[in-house]
Amino acid sequence: MYSWIWRHLPGPLAVRLGQLLVLLAAAVALLFLVVFPRVEPLLPYSDVTVKQQPTASTPTP
Amino acid sequence: MTTADRFRWLLRGVGQLLITAGVVVLLFCVYELKVTNLYTEQQQRTLDTQLTREWAEPPAPPTARAPARKPGQVQLAAFDDGAGIARIYLPTLGRDQVHVVVEGVSREDLKKGPGHYPGTADPGAVGNMVVSGHRTTYGAPFNRLDELHPGDAIVLESRAFFYTYRVTGTTVVSPDALGETDPVPNHPGEVATQRLLTLTTCNPKYSARTRLVVRALLETPLAKGTGVLPPALLGR
Repeated sequence: MYSWIWRHLPGPLAVRLGQLLVLLAAAVALLFLVVFPRVEPLLPYSDVTVKQQPTASTPTP
Repeated sequence: MTTADRFRWLLRGVGQLLITAGVVVLLFCVYELKVTNLYTEQQQRTLDTQLTREWAEPPAPPTARAPARKPGQVQLAAFDDGAGIARIYLPTLGRDQVHVVVEGVSREDLKKGPGHYPGTADPGAVGNMVVSGHRTTYGAPFNRLDELHPGDAIVLESRAFFYTYRVTGTTVVSPDALGETDPVPNHPGEVATQRLLTLTTCNPKYSARTRLVVRALLETPLAKGTGVLPPALLGR
């Protein structure tokens, strides 16, 4: 995968390195700004309140 | 391409994918434990400035309606959802342990700071004021709540008062222990006479299997004035 990307980057070595950095930054930005904020609510450790749990065993108020 | 070449090509692809997945998981940890703190720090700075400015002026009529009272709760003020309502100090855990409490306990509210359950008592009021906060992410305001012991001070600063509460006990409860938020804890509908403060957070750290609940009782309200500080905050 990575060798495929490297082969398809145009230009001399220095230009290719620059492009690589831009791609890397874009990937990290996508993760931090879009993916992680959406994944986060699916994980339990941000549940800090006591509340009626959405399970079958708890009667509805 | 020979079969061996094909196999090697496939193996390399899988290896690269696994390494990438590992890096993504590591980055997620960095995001949760570091980047979320930056967001909360910035929000807390804004809220703190707003609160200082707000308190310097005469009280404005609230724009929001008072939330529905829990049965047994005597009276309530109205706060805007997500707005700063008080400062909370945990002096026994360090001089830097001060946070702006926001109104509401939605996901977005709690990202800004510890959240006050709408419908529970206001700072210093008769009843049970319930505040929840993150344990490990988003500034982790209640990270060290387990280090509070009976007798330790928790100070709430409102517009006109410092309220010094003393911890009476710590319990670990199930996530659905709604009774902890009753005006008289675990006695739903009973009319409150005491002035309580209840802090909740997730427990154990990095998990949400149970909730850690710290209960405190109001000791003394102290009217604010120039140079006036409650004893618990002296020497800060």
